Amino acid sequence: MAFEWPGLDAVWRVATLQDYNTRLVVLSTFILGLASGLIGSFLLLRKRSLMGDALSHACLPGIGIAFIVMSLAGGEGKSLLGLLIGASVTGVAGVGLVLAVRNTSRIKDDTAMGIVLSVFFGGGVVVLSLAQPMPGAQAAGLESFIYGKTASMIWNDFLLISGVAAAVLVASLLFMKEFTLLAFDDSYAQSQGWPIHALDVLMLSLVAAVTVVGLQAVGLILIIAFLITPAAAARFWTNNLRRMLVLAAVIGGVSGWLGAAVSALLPRLPAGAVIVLVAAFIFTLSMFFGSARGVLKRSLAQRNLKRKVGRQHLLRAVFELQEASFCNTVRETPPNVSVAFDMLLNKRSWSPQQLRKLIRRAAREDHIEVFDGKTLRLSESGFGEAARTTRNHRLWELFLITHADIAASHVDRDADSVEHVLSADMVRELEEKLDTRHLPASPHPIATKGAKA
Amino acid sequence: MDTPDNSSSKAWDHSPSAPLSIHDLTVAYHRKPVIWDIDLDIPEGKLVGIIGPNGAGKSTLLKACLDLIPKASGTVQVYGKDYRKQRAKVGYVPQRESVDWDFPVSALDVVTMGIYRQVGWCRPILGRHKAVARKALEHVGIGHLADRQISQLSGGQQQRVFLARALAQDAQLYFMDEPFAAVDAATERAIITLLKELKSQGKTVLVVHHDLATVAQYFDWVILLNMRVVAAGPTGEVFTQENLKNTYGGKLTLLAEAGHALSQLKS
Repeated sequence: MAFEWPGLDAVWRVATLQDYNTRLVVLSTFILGLASGLIGSFLLLRKRSLMGDALSHACLPGIGIAFIVMSLAGGEGKSLLGLLIGASVTGVAGVGLVLAVRNTSRIKDDTAMGIVLSVFFGGGVVVLSLAQPMPGAQAAGLESFIYGKTASMIWNDFLLISGVAAAVLVASLLFMKEFTLLAFDDSYAQSQGWPIHALDVLMLSLVAAVTVVGLQAVGLILIIAFLITPAAAARFWTNNLRRMLVLAAVIGGVSGWLGAAVSALLPRLPAGAVIVLVAAFIFTLSMFFGSARGVLKRSLAQRNLKRKVGRQHLLRAVFELQEASFCNTVRETPPNVSVAFDMLLNKRSWSPQQLRKLIRRAAREDHIEVFDGKTLRLSESGFGEAARTTRNHRLWELFLITHADIAASHVDRDADSVEHVLSADMVRELEEKLDTRHLPASPHPIATKGAKA
Repeated sequence: MDTPDNSSSKAWDHSPSAPLSIHDLTVAYHRKPVIWDIDLDIPEGKLVGIIGPNGAGKSTLLKACLDLIPKASGTVQVYGKDYRKQRAKVGYVPQRESVDWDFPVSALDVVTMGIYRQVGWCRPILGRHKAVARKALEHVGIGHLADRQISQLSGGQQQRVFLARALAQDAQLYFMDEPFAAVDAATERAIITLLKELKSQGKTVLVVHHDLATVAQYFDWVILLNMRVVAAGPTGEVFTQENLKNTYGGKLTLLAEAGHALSQLKS
């Protein structure tokens, strides 16, 4: 079972598509990938992903039956067109059955799909095992429809697969507007007179077409990943539908290309599995690094907000201590005196470690200056920031009391959560509403830990 | 869907020019009737509030008129013709929660959906279509948010996007399902200004509404609904303590609210 790594020249031959058969296989899988990324995006947005899975599994009995019928009729059992017609018939029947079960009984969609999917697949396995002993069954490579295999391809097969895929591509673009409306708001579409059931049938037919011609290369178990993964990956990069469609098509195409190429180099590896792994790899990258909704972007934004909240709490605490100790007329800004760490500790429920961390970070940002590790003073920029933060906090508190009718004793905590996201516009609006331009006094006694106890 | 005998079954005098006449409408879910025997003629150029307790069938009435759910019986006519022939004259503002706002489209894209019918099958959206949509967005006061993805809009802004979509279509009769639900005060004011404007253009608007306190202020016609039509007519005549009691049953808090609304109406 030693794995034989291909030499550099073999890699070069596949990469440049010098081999006739490789060229057909790689190109057809590439076009297939473009089409499946595109129609898969609509399937995903319509929230019908599982339907694609039920569909592909329901294709298996059709393949077996078509082979048996063609063999018994004395024809060539391995005609790809014949096998795929068989696959379409039972695939569509499977989807029809899901819809029938859903509409005639109170069984939900997912249950109906689960039942149909497994029953049809089971039936398919039975039919295939009946077909196996028949002459020509090995040559037809019926098993390859389950896991996918970039079998040698003749010109007619290539035309069939890439022709259907290209047709799906064109149709998805042609009905882009209609599919978008259907996926976003079907009841509105219906109120406008769009035939939503016909549109759903059309969308599923395009999915079925991609599924059926992709069966041989990708295999019916994995083809759902080929439909959904590029779309899901593309969604992480953009909030714009057009860009999402283009990106999904490209990701699908690249996965198909790479998967077929690797499988041509290492014939032991089934193409379907490689294609799906490539797509999954791109998906994982997208999930973390996606520029619109990626995990990294979100957690960075969250960390920044958390830091901002911490900094603003610290600055306001310092500012209020300065106010409390030196200012009688609160409307004047207090002098920037130094404040001891211990006083700050009493101010909010910080642990000494948390406070030290906040102080360290604020010192690094030049908001405060620390003396002998026990007291601190605001820097010039820190003082401005502290005054501004405190003012926003109090404006918001006043707004809550006067306009939202919240008890003065409760506003501090409520104001806390919003003040950090007040934009300049909102602050201006608050000023207008409250008719105040100066720093308002706190509407409630400023609590310290000692005072609460 | 239509029962064959409904032309002769009742001597209800339907005016042929009414923007909306509903005749003998019954809707059932799983054989359990939700609304019964609705017979209504809505006069032109009115703002009509549909009120009633939860589960009274207010949304169902709208959806049945729009042919979104099957009718057990009855007919709906728009300006004297079968609704299905008059769709272009009818605008719909669904409940805001009915769609996934995480969908990858901008506010402008959603508003453009209002004129997809005019654009036609398989035809591309052109600059002039977008201009119509942009104008509708400006009309509801959020023209500056046209390119923003819809998940980044506030609830009130999302509601305005839905209104703009219906406006772009330039219909004669509008159905709005709870446009005032969970919106900010500014949006509420914007919507009511818009409704009055539509009315002044002779358009008719049916609005499912929850807040009894504002009914008298907002609507000139009211339909009190609780599975059947309890009362329907001009607000001054129909929006009475007695009718509210019949609509809401023994729900005292709501009655108290209604009493408050009535006292405001009188003052």
